[in-house]
Amino acid sequence: MDFANVAGKIDMKRKRNWPIWAGFVIVLVGFFSYTFFFAKFPITRDFPWANLLLFCVGGILLLIGLFRAFGRPQVFRGKILASIFTIFSALMVGFFCYVFFYVLRQVPPSVGAPRVGQKAPEFTLPDQNGNAISLSDLRSGSRAVALIFYRGFW
Amino acid sequence: MRSFQQKLGEFDARGIRVVGISVDPPEVNRRQSQKRGYTFPLLSDPKAEVIRRYDVLHPGAGPKGADIARPAEFLIDSNGTVRWVNLTENIAVRARPEQVLDAFNQIGSVGQ
Repeated sequence: MDFANVAGKIDMKRKRNWPIWAGFVIVLVGFFSYTFFFAKFPITRDFPWANLLLFCVGGILLLIGLFRAFGRPQVFRGKILASIFTIFSALMVGFFCYVFFYVLRQVPPSVGAPRVGQKAPEFTLPDQNGNAISLSDLRSGSRAVALIFYRGFW
Repeated sequence: MRSFQQKLGEFDARGIRVVGISVDPPEVNRRQSQKRGYTFPLLSDPKAEVIRRYDVLHPGAGPKGADIARPAEFLIDSNGTVRWVNLTENIAVRARPEQVLDAFNQIGSVGQ
């Protein structure tokens, strides 16, 4: 058996196409990091520029991987993988943009909300310790009340 | 809410009470306050009565289609008059504490 020849064939194997993997991982990070990280900071929450930046970097790497796989198939592997990862990445970016730029904007108009100059409706509600607290309680002894309605922790 | 907790000293210094309202029951609010270190009151409106009164209900937007509050912020002076309102157009975008403090500073002598 010609061992030199076998070794030579292994050396001649096509190279790994790392940009495909790197690009896909970066797109995944971009997809999940909004909820778990960037939404915590107002500067990256109000507009998801950090996530869009990650999508761009990931997309460029995926394109490089695609060009390598299809442009120089004798040198690089990954035609199928690059195609699958690119399709998944496009779906993730599309879904992210759909949620951020459409779903999150479906907020009721709240036309009947108290306006500037109107009296704020009085209320009494229990706090986290079960004590009843009213708006007049909050107003008394303070100069103003910042009332923050939020969606809840669930 | 976290950013309001971080700036709570500035609200205290101006005599502004910060308070949150949601449909969460008091147990959840107690747990979350402890976990996140919130020292301002979180009020519980499970039937969304006050949320409806302020017309800030987001019907069916909660878990299992529950009615919850949409994000909204009001600055109310000591006479009970609304002095500043923020009704976001995107659930992810909420008022920053600096906006509320600015609004307060612009009003000047609130309720006097």
